[in-house]
Amino acid sequence: MSRGDRFLLDLSPEGGDEKNMKIGVLLKQVPDTATKVKIVNDAIDESEVKWVINPYDEYAVEAALRLKEKAGGGEVVIVTAGPARAVETMRQVLAMGADRGIRIDTAGLTLDPYTTAVMLAAACKDEQFNIIFAGKQAVDDDCAQVHIGVAEFLQIPHVSPIEKFELNADLTQAVVERPVSGGVKEVIEVKLPAVFGCEKGLNEPRYASLPGIMKAKSKPMKELSGRDLLQGKTPLLAQSQYALPPEGRKGKMISGTAHEAAKELVRLLREEAKVV
Amino acid sequence: MAQVSSLDYFNISELLSEDEVMIQRATREFVDHEVLPVISKHHRDATFPTELIPKMAELGFLGSSLPTEYGCAGLNNVAYGLLMQELERGDSGIRSFCSVQGALVMYPIFQFGSDEQKKKWLPQLASGKKIGCFGLTEPDFGSNPGGMKTRARKKGNDWILSGAKMWITNGSMADVAVVWAKDDDGVIRGFLVEKGMKGFSAPEMTRKFSLRASVTSELVFHDVVVPESNRLPKAEGISSPLKCLTQARYGIAWGALGAAIACYETALSYAKSRIQFDKPIAGFQLIQEKLVWMLTEITKGQLLALQLGRLKDQNKAKFTHVSMGKMNNVRIAREITHLAREILGANGILDEYPVIRHMMNIESVYTYEGTNEMHTLILGADITGIEAYR
Repeated sequence: MSRGDRFLLDLSPEGGDEKNMKIGVLLKQVPDTATKVKIVNDAIDESEVKWVINPYDEYAVEAALRLKEKAGGGEVVIVTAGPARAVETMRQVLAMGADRGIRIDTAGLTLDPYTTAVMLAAACKDEQFNIIFAGKQAVDDDCAQVHIGVAEFLQIPHVSPIEKFELNADLTQAVVERPVSGGVKEVIEVKLPAVFGCEKGLNEPRYASLPGIMKAKSKPMKELSGRDLLQGKTPLLAQSQYALPPEGRKGKMISGTAHEAAKELVRLLREEAKVV
Repeated sequence: MAQVSSLDYFNISELLSEDEVMIQRATREFVDHEVLPVISKHHRDATFPTELIPKMAELGFLGSSLPTEYGCAGLNNVAYGLLMQELERGDSGIRSFCSVQGALVMYPIFQFGSDEQKKKWLPQLASGKKIGCFGLTEPDFGSNPGGMKTRARKKGNDWILSGAKMWITNGSMADVAVVWAKDDDGVIRGFLVEKGMKGFSAPEMTRKFSLRASVTSELVFHDVVVPESNRLPKAEGISSPLKCLTQARYGIAWGALGAAIACYETALSYAKSRIQFDKPIAGFQLIQEKLVWMLTEITKGQLLALQLGRLKDQNKAKFTHVSMGKMNNVRIAREITHLAREILGANGILDEYPVIRHMMNIESVYTYEGTNEMHTLILGADITGIEAYR
């Protein structure tokens, strides 16, 4: 028996129905990467932040939508842990074609990857997803831990990051490609249910269509209490302070011919930088 | 509250619904990723980016304000306007393509067509499988379309069309032309003339210095036999094509803002990075005055377009309201393209920046769909009761 069989849907050909493939997507709302982070009173000032879908999560959404289209049915459910503003990002994914959303309200909670994974896993457990896609990491804190934590707490396998995804014919097993250092790819067979962290290049995420946007507002959105899902669990990490990286040091341009420039460079390294 | 991803100095986002904001953002993203990377080359080569047609169709850009039963998105007028703004931020030619397909081809078929005509054409036009054009203007009849020479003579159960149209956007690439012609009693009627009908040709007008990434054509009708089933049964008189133009002009009131925003944003960022006399030129009063004028006029134009859209959604917009929107917003956009060109100095004439392209495009927009002068006189007639143009 695979570990996941303990509580997730049976996907065997006899028991499973491909049309009812239930696909979860973990989604995070993050600041636009062009945001200039400001620190006010030892906290990040969010007042002028533009919020967007975590770019890696877009690959996860696209993978989920393609899987549903290929299976000819099923449901794509997005699960987000975030404050009320996250609804806006969830609606964008509903406009891309996801079927419904679950938002775990995090207002008033101090979180870390551990507690976030606890909450998401609890919500996913109730949904009994056949498969879960996530971005390989969120571009705000770059922890790359939450989806792995979700897999761990659900006691199902995970592979991350993946650049290629295919499902076998009886929909019980995925074959995925994972890049490792030196340009080598691992090809991994994984029994479902499982969690996959999606990497850039896995697919090309679609745009939300105008009819999709018009339909999005009437799609169901459920709200869960983060506090309830945590059941008293508290963060393992504590943030002690915030600091911006030091201002980049100004470079110095050395002009002249290659010979002159090399001579000048050595002089500067010796006399100014005192490193040679 | 969700914010538009475009210039929004007066926080008009607050006046928009969540889906209106989403439509603006989605369209801007599309234009950034799909239109801007290819548009300069098409402009240089004077070709329309046909590769964008299936993409725009799939996203619902064609006939987007028509009902969902015909495969359309069913947008309200404000969302449609925001779509036009973002498309024209890319290029007036792209916006023109969508304007013509939606407001001047699908709209008249929807408004004046038979059920069979709607069923046959609207889904195919929405999906971009068929392209349409609109033939009203003639070589000798521009501002005065009612004087048209194109004739439709009844012969049995058919109509025989003869005459010529000019300045027709999408003409040479169109599968169907909505053509306006006078019958034997002098009544203007609308016809669906299909590509391949004997005696119908649509030669492209070349050597344009404006709207280069858009197809402009003549339509020539040499005794073309058009069956009665291709006549738009509910269209009669000059008011029918003028209704279509009101739709298209409404979109232009928004679209022109897109061209203006593109030029303002380019000029602002250029002025901040261009150093002369040891400081960014944005720090000079003459440059600031230009930038502030641009921003102020765009902001006023946005508020005008938005209220125009709200009135239109309540069926309270008069054609004179639409005239004011088109007249004002294209006029300010035209001046903004020029000011941006000035701020960019010599760089302003290079197509490395979008400014000169928009500046040349807007010359067409200033004149087509009712010249600036005609809209002024339409408003003049409305407030004085005296038509100055006859």
